[in-house]
Amino acid sequence: MIYVTFRKYLVLAGVTVFAAAGDSMLSHGMKQTGTISIHHLQGVILAILNPWVAVGIVLLLAFFASYMNALSWADLTYVLPATSLGYVLLALVAKFALHEQVSPMRWLGIALISGGVGFVAGGPALTAQHPDANSESPLLLKEARSGVPEHASAASTGAES
Amino acid sequence: MRHLYTWSGILVVVFFSVVGDILIARAMKQVGDVHAIVKRSGVWTVVGRVLSNSNFFLGVTTMAVAFFSLLFALSWGDVSLVAPAAASLTFIGNAFAAKIFLHERVDRRRWIAALLVAGGVALLAG
Repeated sequence: MIYVTFRKYLVLAGVTVFAAAGDSMLSHGMKQTGTISIHHLQGVILAILNPWVAVGIVLLLAFFASYMNALSWADLTYVLPATSLGYVLLALVAKFALHEQVSPMRWLGIALISGGVGFVAGGPALTAQHPDANSESPLLLKEARSGVPEHASAASTGAES
Repeated sequence: MRHLYTWSGILVVVFFSVVGDILIARAMKQVGDVHAIVKRSGVWTVVGRVLSNSNFFLGVTTMAVAFFSLLFALSWGDVSLVAPAAASLTFIGNAFAAKIFLHERVDRRRWIAALLVAGGVALLAG
């Protein structure tokens, strides 16, 4: 099992919070700028000048950086459920900050997602075989591997598992 | 007929989202544990490795295609169907694809997690 450090939990929290905050800012800004039609693409430029949209884009870039960081040390099937708490976060923000009505169906959705996160968080973060996973000198293996063609390394991973 | 268009749109979005996620995940596995590399040889080594990885660029391009196909699908179908259906099916698709293409061990725990999250997302966005 790969030990997930506090710093790595921070990265997962970053993925969750940046995605939720970025999406809500983008959505708030786009409601101010109005509909963009395919015939008036200059509307896109105006939209980017809106501060909410601009901050939203920066936050989504931060989301993507932390998402890639997480994928460098954890499985895709670990990162995706673990960071889906962002949906829950959005619903809670809607309820307690924006005072929107959250229907029973949505509360059920929140419960299901939280359950899913609990399930995946109890297991190992990394199961796929790759050089950094359990080697003493990842750099050496990594350098050796970079000289190997893609299909050859894929075949060797298949043989290991 | 309209339903057929909407669902084909959703499937196209799901396809490109899954391919994009798989490519990015594979790129980052090839780059290696970012924390370890930064500690060893600095952040610019990570940036260099990411920018010299072809799977990264393919992945970003595929995700862009997924984003624009989502915009098109949204213009054909209802937001309340397209958005949750696409998000939810992407979770399931990723579990299958990660098992096949990334050789991740998707055990019962992870299947249950993927199904619960997919169901939750569908309810939340619906």
